[in-house]
Amino acid sequence: MSARSLAILAALAAGVVLLAFVPSFTNGYQLSLAINIVSYTVLATAWTLFSGPTRYVSLATVAFFGIGAYTVAVLGEVMAWPLVLLIAFGIGFALSLLVGLSTLRLSGVYFVIFTFGLAELVRQLVTWYEVNITRTLGRYIFIDVTHAQIYWQLLALAVTVFISGWLIQRSKLGLALRVIGDDEAVARHVGINTTMAKVVLFAFSASFMTLAGAIMAPRWTYIDPAIAFNPVVSFQVLIMALLGGVHRLYGPIFGVIPLVMLFEILLAKFPNHFSILVGVAFLLIVYAIPRGIVGLIEGVQLSLRNAKGAGA
Amino acid sequence: MITEPLLSGITLGGIYALIAMGLTLQYGVARIMNLSYGESLVAACFAALWLFTAVSVNPLIGLLIIVPLAALINWLVYQVLLMPLVKRAPSRDALEVDSILATFGLLFVAQGIMLAIFGGNYFSYSFLAVPVKIFGATVSAARLLAFGFAVVIGLALYVGLTKTRAGTAIRAVAVDPVSALLVAIDVRATAAFAYALGGALVAAGGVLVSMFLTFNASLGVVFTMKALIVVIMGGVGNLLGCLVAGMILGLTETFVATYVDPGLTLAATYIIFIAVLLLRPQGLFGARRS
Repeated sequence: MSARSLAILAALAAGVVLLAFVPSFTNGYQLSLAINIVSYTVLATAWTLFSGPTRYVSLATVAFFGIGAYTVAVLGEVMAWPLVLLIAFGIGFALSLLVGLSTLRLSGVYFVIFTFGLAELVRQLVTWYEVNITRTLGRYIFIDVTHAQIYWQLLALAVTVFISGWLIQRSKLGLALRVIGDDEAVARHVGINTTMAKVVLFAFSASFMTLAGAIMAPRWTYIDPAIAFNPVVSFQVLIMALLGGVHRLYGPIFGVIPLVMLFEILLAKFPNHFSILVGVAFLLIVYAIPRGIVGLIEGVQLSLRNAKGAGA
Repeated sequence: MITEPLLSGITLGGIYALIAMGLTLQYGVARIMNLSYGESLVAACFAALWLFTAVSVNPLIGLLIIVPLAALINWLVYQVLLMPLVKRAPSRDALEVDSILATFGLLFVAQGIMLAIFGGNYFSYSFLAVPVKIFGATVSAARLLAFGFAVVIGLALYVGLTKTRAGTAIRAVAVDPVSALLVAIDVRATAAFAYALGGALVAAGGVLVSMFLTFNASLGVVFTMKALIVVIMGGVGNLLGCLVAGMILGLTETFVATYVDPGLTLAATYIIFIAVLLLRPQGLFGARRS
């Protein structure tokens, strides 16, 4: 490892340690904003982990997030917390394997369509189950956990997502995914098992989303299917990732921070027109900055370097 | 009594087929994967409701107002919103991804507008709600009439696409846009026309659906999903496939709702979808792509 990458590593580690102290110098409102930022960072980065290199747009973020939350609502009071998280991870993994194995052998459009309706399907199934079997639509979550503890868990999860993403990029799987993203036919011809690579990565990405939902669940105290599977969450995650830039793992952070702030303001000032405004913001991003903020910065750097090269 | 769900299933399936025909035009010809498709349908439902309750215009006359308006709006959406994406896309796959993102944004804008105006409540209006007896089963007259109109519109579309010059051009673009260009077909204008035509069909479907179903502002996603599944099951661009697949979906849903549980219809839809993906991803009548 070179001196430069060691320095970067040290700086990142120091940054994480610094972030861990956020709860001790923020008030309640600021901490809840910080929780939102970290949780959307986890979701948007997990989204990018799969959809960035493969370019398969997943619209099912909230299906997995909501499943995590529901796992906690059902099991949270009867089992030890680490066991609940493990089960949430397992359910997310199993469901994403099912989705992946039925759609990812085919072209990307089937995957998009499947994920498009998935949250609605899970919501209706949970509703059906609660109405017919348990006979109550809502559930209360009484778990003794402070906001600071939620924040630390999310921070740890975010670090895990980044480290996994970094390891995957350096592995054979990461190389395979980049080839698939560039040209899937070529990838198959050089002997890459494209379906396997995509399914494994999708399963990891979805399980991280499920975990984020599980960790966030105690914040609600009351959940019902409409709250846990709110489609706007999938939409927000997609916007944040695209604004930041999906061709780099750290890209989404640049979208998450400004947009969490923006949505906070919009939700407070225009609660009835929220989804219209978010939709308009999204269209602006798709049309004006298709490669995201990171893409924009890299473009500027490239042209500066070219200008320098031409001058010398 | 099996004739009752059978009859409901067939009438519902006919309307699903009509709705899916519009989507197959938008996706098969214009290459736009339109995720806001169901929102057009719900908007047409609300337009019909408003015409009926506020200005007391019969929904069948409403069709004459709403359908051309929907065609115009969809044409404008294509020209203003989607044309920049068509021009910038280096390949068909890139256009697909861009159109998915853009129409996903459009979905939230359209849904948000309808939620702001009408709220989240369910709506319906009572038009021709008289029971009719056929083969011993009871069906509402509005439902039968809606089915009849769906059949007429579907047939007109089929004849139009196979017997007229414009229809032939549309089919040519669906098969191969590059070769279509070589025989002097204006591909972009044809795509815009097909997109508008698809919008007109879904609006017609919306008006017909509003005559006998209750609807609310956030129902669009479910209709988009159903239309997509019918299109894939029938084979993209295949009108006959839409008809057969629409019938399968309509009948399955009605039977599940009658004999199992009304809350599980979407689950049944998904099971069909998974079966299609596993067994015949190219669709019932689609040719296997090389």
